[in-house]
Amino acid sequence: MTTADLIGKILQVAGGLAIFAAVVGLVLFLVDKAPKRQRDYVVLAAFVGPALVLLFGGLIYPAIRTTALAFFSRTGDPVGFENFIWAFTQPDAVRTLVNTVIWVILVPTISTIAGLAYAVFIDKSRGEKFFKALVFMPMAISFVGAGIIWKFVYDYKSQGREQIGVLNAIVVAFGGEPVQWLQTSPLNTFLLIAVMVWIQTGFAMVVLSAAIKGVPVEQLEAAQLDGTNAWQRFRNVTVPGIRGSLVVVVTTISIATLKVFDIVRTMTAGNFDTSVVANEMYTQAFRANEPGRGAALAVILFILVLPIVIYNVRVLRSQKEVR
Amino acid sequence: MSVSPVDLPVAGSRSLKGGIELAEEGTTKTGRVKRRLTSRRATFAAVIIAVLWTTPTFGLLISSFRPAEEIRTTGWWTFFSNPALTLDNYQDVLFSSSQASPQLGAYFVNSLSIAIPGTIFPLVIASMAAYAFAWIKFKGSSVLFILVFALQIVPLQMALIPLLQTFGVILRPGQEWLHDVIPSIPEQNFLPIWIAHTIFALPLAIFLLHNFISEIPGEVIEAARVDGASHMQVFLRIVLPLALPAIASFAIFQFLWVWNDLLVALIFSGGTQDAAPLTQRLAELTGTRGQDWQRLTAAAFVSLVVPLIVFFGLQRYFVRGLLAGSTKG
Repeated sequence: MTTADLIGKILQVAGGLAIFAAVVGLVLFLVDKAPKRQRDYVVLAAFVGPALVLLFGGLIYPAIRTTALAFFSRTGDPVGFENFIWAFTQPDAVRTLVNTVIWVILVPTISTIAGLAYAVFIDKSRGEKFFKALVFMPMAISFVGAGIIWKFVYDYKSQGREQIGVLNAIVVAFGGEPVQWLQTSPLNTFLLIAVMVWIQTGFAMVVLSAAIKGVPVEQLEAAQLDGTNAWQRFRNVTVPGIRGSLVVVVTTISIATLKVFDIVRTMTAGNFDTSVVANEMYTQAFRANEPGRGAALAVILFILVLPIVIYNVRVLRSQKEVR
Repeated sequence: MSVSPVDLPVAGSRSLKGGIELAEEGTTKTGRVKRRLTSRRATFAAVIIAVLWTTPTFGLLISSFRPAEEIRTTGWWTFFSNPALTLDNYQDVLFSSSQASPQLGAYFVNSLSIAIPGTIFPLVIASMAAYAFAWIKFKGSSVLFILVFALQIVPLQMALIPLLQTFGVILRPGQEWLHDVIPSIPEQNFLPIWIAHTIFALPLAIFLLHNFISEIPGEVIEAARVDGASHMQVFLRIVLPLALPAIASFAIFQFLWVWNDLLVALIFSGGTQDAAPLTQRLAELTGTRGQDWQRLTAAAFVSLVVPLIVFFGLQRYFVRGLLAGSTKG
């Protein structure tokens, strides 16, 4: 990076922020000077207008275009449902869909169970804060960073050489042969899933831990007086008490998992049978020059996310009514 | 697809306010004694999980300080029997101008240059819109707000292809013109990626800030209006200061989201030193130099430093922000 480059970047950021501030300031100033009769409309346009323009131009219109695009070939000819038929019949594409289903079943389940177990284990223990921070920390870092961290764990050196990846080092220490983890299908998909679980468990743990603390102590004590053991209390008092949070955690992680892209992109780039819908969408649309197929995959992703979101919203709403 | 702090059904929103902080609550003496007798196994299991969760990051951190030759030939755990530390890897990835070096310095600047405006722009636009939805009565207000809320379910993948085309038509000429006028600003500047991040942040930001701003007591705002304050004055003097906690939480979330993003960068940054962020460079390195672990480990930590500082420094806000927006995208 030369000094000129650096100056160019500082100019861009400073200039961008200054222009933005000037425009916003000017708009707010002018709004107050508008003639009284139309002032309400002017105020409204100034406050909501920019957001609506951006959302319409940058989200609604493109989403409609994408949906339309899914019915065209790469040369721009209408092809009906061909792109979707491709997605559901061509072996590589089917593999992608199957992988996505495996991801969305395993990640929410394992993360939620692990997060819940951990939250219960450390509940009210000494150093709870510290223990929480350890498991929550992966949530702060990028999926790309997580990908590199785990690629290092899964590193492979040919037999006879010293292994520098933890996993192969353990395998070799127990007398096994080193494995090319990320190249071995279908094992590699599960190893990528482990990375997502590693990240999402912290989220589940923090939400569920807060929920556990909200379960009334009296109920737990009453159950204890009735002679129940710890597991029964957990099963019959705590779990029903945190049901709402459990639903939110599971649905939230499911949605995040459906859209997972960075992990696959960084660790295998979707090779060796590890691709998922979001990654394949990127590959088809921006690498393979097949915008129609990419668009079809984006639409499929949207359709997969939709029911989970609706369920989530309905649960939230019923929760609100109860409260 | 958001879970707002207000909506999370975890025993009311109070539990969220504390987030991790709440941990200390309820450690009574008798309870502690009782627990110590019963929870040995649970503690053991917790320690196992904690170790399992921390080891991968720890291994990478140790490795980033080991000499290249040793990383290549021995596992990072041998460090404890044979400690050798060096800063060469960091020197190499950040400042070396050799062709083989990832030259992360420039990308670090890019990440900052993307993330700071990428946080401020959407927050300003969203808080204005949220104020209007909450406190300016107009026809169709609730329909529009529901529409904005519903937009959260559109995965950003749905917008990428057409948006890139639109930017090519609308922004490209402006970028070229700017480059002609000020040559030190490259043709591939930050504008497209700023706008993209702003757009994608808006639905969630408007929704969350609206939840917060609409809970400001109506009397406060009406009193000010009766006294002759304009909407602008109410917004700047009353609403913004009161909404500051919510804005701060969302700002942290948005900053980290942009800093950690790969997908938007891949599509809108152009991929060169001119505008690509750290994440994009890292993803590229893992593809092309997947075995240069002395560089990859140090490079990864360069990108992790900022999120980790935010995490440990602003933990309470961080938790709140993350819980609020953890499924954005």
